[in-house]
Amino acid sequence: MNIAQTLISLAAVLFATATVRADDIPATPKHPAWSSECASCHVAYPPALLTAAGWRTVMSGLDKHYGSDASLDDKTRADITRFLESHAGKSARVASKDGRITGTAWFRHEHDEVPARVWRAGVKSPAQCEACHTGAAQGRYSENEIRIPRVTASR
Amino acid sequence: MKPATLLLLLAGFWATTAGAGEVLARYNAEAAQISPGFTPSTARGQALFQRAWTASSSLPRCTTCHGEDPRRPGRHAITGKAIQAMQPAVEPARLSDLAKTEKWFRRNCREVVGRECSSAEKADVVTYLMQGA
Repeated sequence: MNIAQTLISLAAVLFATATVRADDIPATPKHPAWSSECASCHVAYPPALLTAAGWRTVMSGLDKHYGSDASLDDKTRADITRFLESHAGKSARVASKDGRITGTAWFRHEHDEVPARVWRAGVKSPAQCEACHTGAAQGRYSENEIRIPRVTASR
Repeated sequence: MKPATLLLLLAGFWATTAGAGEVLARYNAEAAQISPGFTPSTARGQALFQRAWTASSSLPRCTTCHGEDPRRPGRHAITGKAIQAMQPAVEPARLSDLAKTEKWFRRNCREVVGRECSSAEKADVVTYLMQGA
């Protein structure tokens, strides 16, 4: 590798480091079954937000999916499970015992400044990412695209 | 392959690509096999759709999420996500895909009614959703 190539590689690494912010979630590749099935009742949560073990917990209990029957035929379920596993998060910070993304250390840290009254009166359910993350349906969660709903202070 | 099996397969393929009218025809035919002379009823469909069932405390009625008027959008009672109107005249994709319609009847009947719905009940509900309010 000559000096010019080395400099270009170094610049690429520096640029990548500078643009990946703590709040960024890796973009999810397209997967038609995942986006159509998992976005029926809520936005399709990015696979990186849980570990592979967490997704297996979710996908093995779809008939009792946090209060709803979300059961799938075996073929679709296996297909989506494989997709989730291959793009799952690797860090212990996205581990969750019951498969709830809200139960991960990452989620709690990222949302620790959101007051309880905003969750209650503005967001209503943490399942509804798009209540604040205006690009959630397109898989975008950066800080530039957050709009916290207005709630009255008396609540 | 028996001719009847082939016919069923063809009917299945046809129904998955057809509109709400064809999905209804399929449920009517299934219901008529069990009770000859079956005719779907908007009133029975509406009653099933609006009845307070006892299987689920958080989702007691179809209307808990879909709303009282099938021409208007609803909202998922747990996640808060908007649900498009059920009436095909308002949302043309509604009830047009047999596999999708079957999937949601299976899930939602188990959840709300506490068991799977019969073909006659599905025919009634589809008739109500196509014509109701």
